[in-house]
Amino acid sequence: MNRLGVHALTRRFGGLVANDSISFDVPVEGISAVIGPNGAGKTTLFSMISGFLEPSEGRVVFEGEDVTGVAPERIAARGLVRTFQLAQLFQNLTVLENVKVGRHIRTKAGLWAALARPAWARREEAETERRARELIAFVGLGDQADARAAALPYGQQRLLEIARALAAEPKLLLLDEPAAGLNHDETERLSGIIRRIAAQGTTVLLIEHDMKLVMNTADRIVVLNFGRKIAEGTPTEVQGNPQVIEAYLGGVETPHV
Amino acid sequence: MPTLPTTISTNAGLLLRYLPAVLAVGLIAYAIVAGGHFVTLAGFALIYAVFVTGLNIFMGYAGQASFGQNAFAAIGGYASAVLTATYGWPPIPALIVGAAGAALCAVVIGYPTLRLRGHYLAMATLAIGLIVYEVTVQWQSVTQGYMGISGIPPLGIGSWEVTSDRAQLIMLSIVVTLCMASAWLIRNSRFGRAIVALSGSEDAARALGVDVARYKLAAFVVSAVYASLAGSLFVHIVGFVSPEVFGMHMVILGFTMLYVGGIGTITGPLVGAIVINLLPETFRGLKDYQDLVYGAALILLLIYAPGGLASLGNALKRRPSTPIPATAPKGARP
Repeated sequence: MNRLGVHALTRRFGGLVANDSISFDVPVEGISAVIGPNGAGKTTLFSMISGFLEPSEGRVVFEGEDVTGVAPERIAARGLVRTFQLAQLFQNLTVLENVKVGRHIRTKAGLWAALARPAWARREEAETERRARELIAFVGLGDQADARAAALPYGQQRLLEIARALAAEPKLLLLDEPAAGLNHDETERLSGIIRRIAAQGTTVLLIEHDMKLVMNTADRIVVLNFGRKIAEGTPTEVQGNPQVIEAYLGGVETPHV
Repeated sequence: MPTLPTTISTNAGLLLRYLPAVLAVGLIAYAIVAGGHFVTLAGFALIYAVFVTGLNIFMGYAGQASFGQNAFAAIGGYASAVLTATYGWPPIPALIVGAAGAALCAVVIGYPTLRLRGHYLAMATLAIGLIVYEVTVQWQSVTQGYMGISGIPPLGIGSWEVTSDRAQLIMLSIVVTLCMASAWLIRNSRFGRAIVALSGSEDAARALGVDVARYKLAAFVVSAVYASLAGSLFVHIVGFVSPEVFGMHMVILGFTMLYVGGIGTITGPLVGAIVINLLPETFRGLKDYQDLVYGAALILLLIYAPGGLASLGNALKRRPSTPIPATAPKGARP
């Protein structure tokens, strides 16, 4: 079974067709990637999959169920969690608290539990704390747990965002340009982290500009250009596809690996 | 900012961090001992501390703006006044009915407006403040209009009543302590994290499954309950209520206290309420210049302590350790 099915997804903004009947499947296993030049419609596609943007036409099927037009928080509760192109941290919370918010859909304490602190809520909070610290260590921010999120350098903010998304135990993790703004070393580490996430059973779908990251990390690639899917396949297949070469480099040479 | 010696950062920072709260508690204790005019001032400060604690949950934590919190104080205040003075109810059930009414009113206003972003909620809350004011003026059969309601009994349970100035101040101190404790419990919980999260990024909160509209509404209702409690306390302490008591000035005072004390902090509302209530008194000797000096003091405070008095210590402590531009990422996007 596929984790995600995108069926003839179309989005028009006035006269502009940002996504033109895009279809592809994301299998349960491994890492998939959507690439394409600037303005190819990648972020629009992500916004429709995650419920932030209603499609003009087409359907999004997650875990065999139609989730087209479902609100983002409901989609998240089903196990599809996204990150954002520009890190959207909760600036007034600490690093640890940010990741704890990621546990939101896996926990249930409400206002009364906050005030009365019954035993089950204390256990839940202790478990939240434990999981959050584990994930912070997993992305390598262990010594920053009590720092304010806003005080982290940009590269670490991106990692924090990933830890926070993982706290929700997603079945499908959508990463919107996770390497944007990262230096070479940070990108290498990120690549390792993404592979470990996939190895632990979470399906990963990422949008990426950084060819090196995509070619080293992804198992399957969907290529968009001007809002249309122009190619799909393994990194090797995609790299040899003349249309892809044309789209990226005007037909001069293969994309850099 | 003038350069502050970085060496004082840890010790002085720690001291400064607790100083405003310690001074606040000290002033209340002094009022209890000294009695007199000071007691009235301290009492009003504590009632406002309850009001501003609620405002802080909605504005400081959830990051929303409400210009109509006075409406909820009026609902609580009038419920207490009418039910006890006119119908002879005991104060505590009347107070609870008032709080429930304020909560219901917050749901009715908040449900349609909190789904919208930006200024819609602020406008709607402004409207509710004005509407409730008009109702208290016009609904004369119940509120007695501008005449107001007098003869409201003091707070108490059964035959035991809190009547003396000092006993009232002690009772208010206990109520404020409970309010601050509950605010702390709320802030440091799944609920509190969710509302602080949505103030940082609504999109990111939704992407993690936080029902943003619902949590905003919940924060609004909680803040309305605190406001209602403040309104009830006020009428029992003063023994009288009229529409002017819960006018727009209450909102402006509340905002000032919140920013001066420290928005988004636990002790900020108390510190702000005390400072704003006592500051004008301090400058009374200056006669004609009183308002001018008071205004100047507020502006200086907001310039040199933008996080409020309660976060002075934090500001000192943080500055040397995190030079903000210096930690900019290598290769970050422009």
